Amino acid sequence: MIEAINLSKKYGGTTVLNIPNLIIPKGESFGLVGNNGAGKTTFFSLLLDLIQPTTGQIINQGIQVHASEDWKPFTSAFIDESFLIGYLTPEEYFYFIGDLRGQNKADVDALLDKHREFFNDEILNGKKYLRDLSKGNQKKVGIIATLIGNPEVIILDEPFANLDPTTQIRLKRIIKELADNPDVTILVSSHDLLHTVEVSNRIVALHKGEIVKDIATSEETLKELEAFFAV
Amino acid sequence: MFIKFLQLEWKAFTRSSSMGQEIAVKILLGFLGFYMLASCLVLGFALFHILSEYVADKSPVNAVNGALVVWVVMELFMRFFLQTLPTLNIRPLMVQPVKRNTVIHYVLIKSIFSFYNLLGLLVFVPFALTCVKNGLFTPFQAAAWLVIIFGLLMSVNFSNFLIKKKFADNIQQFIPYLLVAVILAGLEYFGIFSITRYTGRGIDRVTDYPVLALLPVLLAVALYVWNYITLKEKFYLDASLQSKVTEAKALNLGWLDRFGPLAPFIKLDIKLLWRNKRPKSTLYLAVMMLAYGLIFYTNEAYDGMPAWKIFLGIFMTGIFMINFGQFIPAWDSTYYPLMMAQNIPLKEYLRSKAALMYLSVLVLFLGTLPYAYFGIEIVFAHLAAAVYNAGINIPVMLYTGSFNKKRIDLEKSVFLNYQGTGAAQWLVAIPVMLVPILIWYLVYKITNPATANLVLGGIGITGILLNSTLMDFITRAYQERKYEAINGFKQQEA
Repeated sequence: MIEAINLSKKYGGTTVLNIPNLIIPKGESFGLVGNNGAGKTTFFSLLLDLIQPTTGQIINQGIQVHASEDWKPFTSAFIDESFLIGYLTPEEYFYFIGDLRGQNKADVDALLDKHREFFNDEILNGKKYLRDLSKGNQKKVGIIATLIGNPEVIILDEPFANLDPTTQIRLKRIIKELADNPDVTILVSSHDLLHTVEVSNRIVALHKGEIVKDIATSEETLKELEAFFAV
Repeated sequence: MFIKFLQLEWKAFTRSSSMGQEIAVKILLGFLGFYMLASCLVLGFALFHILSEYVADKSPVNAVNGALVVWVVMELFMRFFLQTLPTLNIRPLMVQPVKRNTVIHYVLIKSIFSFYNLLGLLVFVPFALTCVKNGLFTPFQAAAWLVIIFGLLMSVNFSNFLIKKKFADNIQQFIPYLLVAVILAGLEYFGIFSITRYTGRGIDRVTDYPVLALLPVLLAVALYVWNYITLKEKFYLDASLQSKVTEAKALNLGWLDRFGPLAPFIKLDIKLLWRNKRPKSTLYLAVMMLAYGLIFYTNEAYDGMPAWKIFLGIFMTGIFMINFGQFIPAWDSTYYPLMMAQNIPLKEYLRSKAALMYLSVLVLFLGTLPYAYFGIEIVFAHLAAAVYNAGINIPVMLYTGSFNKKRIDLEKSVFLNYQGTGAAQWLVAIPVMLVPILIWYLVYKITNPATANLVLGGIGITGILLNSTLMDFITRAYQERKYEAINGFKQQEA
């Protein structure tokens, strides 16, 4: 369970995020939507203790993220390319993350094999460094790397951006499969309402840092969201 | 257009997250620079009298002319390590209606206004004036002679530009040129072939044929054009901006697994060092600097000054520690958020950096062992210095690293990227070297060299024993400044 209490972030005088109370139960597939500057990445950065909250706190499975590092073993994330190490090959990167998460080479290989289709033969054994891959292929590496070591909390910021249509469909399948696991909480943000509705069972819409919608996904969700954002 | 570029640079400087640090560095460098300028000026006015007193067989002018080539080489050497060249982030400009020529001329012309060009002038202008006063030069000859000096200084300026551009990334290619210089110096020293005599005589002739003064100026112009041509070639995305797609080479680093929990990080750092040009230069520099001791140990003038051995010991065994350590954790800046969000206890991360530096001190110390040829006491001094490096200086470097918030871009190179190849890079080396030398010297003055070695080594061992406590303290410092660092590293270099 993830709990945000009294959480706010101000830069100068502007409030970029203000969440009085938000609870994300274990096993939920949580979708975060909103326009540019709505506070999606800010929320994820706070959750990962990459920035400091101005007030309040986030508790990730009983651990206050700002006070202890103990949430790291069960949490994984891909926010942007700053989560990739450019001078490694994709395999070396996966094994490095595997090392950090206590997975041996065979464990990592098994996971990679499972997602062979997702890579579309463009990534593994390519003799290329990550920095030389296209943005889309870099993203694929980053996303799969978050799955290493069976994390219980997975955070993906804008995972669909930069991906080709085929890969988007495959990614949706992967996320849905993870969402089916009751031990895995998955948090996905996107500008794309349709994608989010498809993979999430709960959607929260942010607008200028405030939660403006908090709905369980149903047939009408997409229409409701579209109506809200059509200004 | 030039004004616009200057405005851009000013904004890049004032809006950088590390501005406070940079201002402090600039002030410190300003003091050192002022001191150097003052020294040069004093030397300039005194040179005539010094030479007429100590060099009896030649006129001061001939003496200076003879030594001029040595001056040029020394200045080039000094500038290579100290002068930071102007840079400009050209990627955003490439598709704008800015002429390539304008950008290149801007960068080159800006280098003319460098502080380092002043130094030579401050020595030679007063010298020429005193020569006129003492009747060795007519005012016209003095002017012609100064034209030569100016031409030579500009040539040094643009040679340095060329050398840095060509060799900053692959410093090992510089070795052949260094060898030529060493051989010429050797021939001169043993009196086999004196290059200074020929160059000296050449410059002497200017008194008779002032037109010759234009030759160095032409040389400077030629170097300018050469720079211009090579820079123009680099002005393409695929040439200097984007790193070439290199085939990934697998490194077999399994033997490092014995470091246990630290192994993944050490392996990562070794790949960092091996696969990126800039960190790789720190490796080459460390190996090349092992020869630095030859300058001192072959020279009898230093025999009476045993503190030099400590300086050399700290410097030669610690050069990698200084050059690599001061940019921790900025080496990892492009993926720092990953390191902070992944399952990595900060202390382990820092301990792995320390382990790498311990390893470097050990390897470099072994590399200095051949200096035993000049006396076994050198080995003891180096050992004391190496232990001090390991015990005290490595924690100090790690601690200062916690203040780093300036991004190092390993992948994208700024047009002429010389980050960390200027005088500022050596500033941090001053306390790191000065403190142990002072300690050693004080103890040596009171007692003897052996005790001084023991004291210095003892301090180092104390540091090693306190390692765990020190690391806890350093980890807290990193924890405190973590958010500042993440934010600073996000800012792309301008």
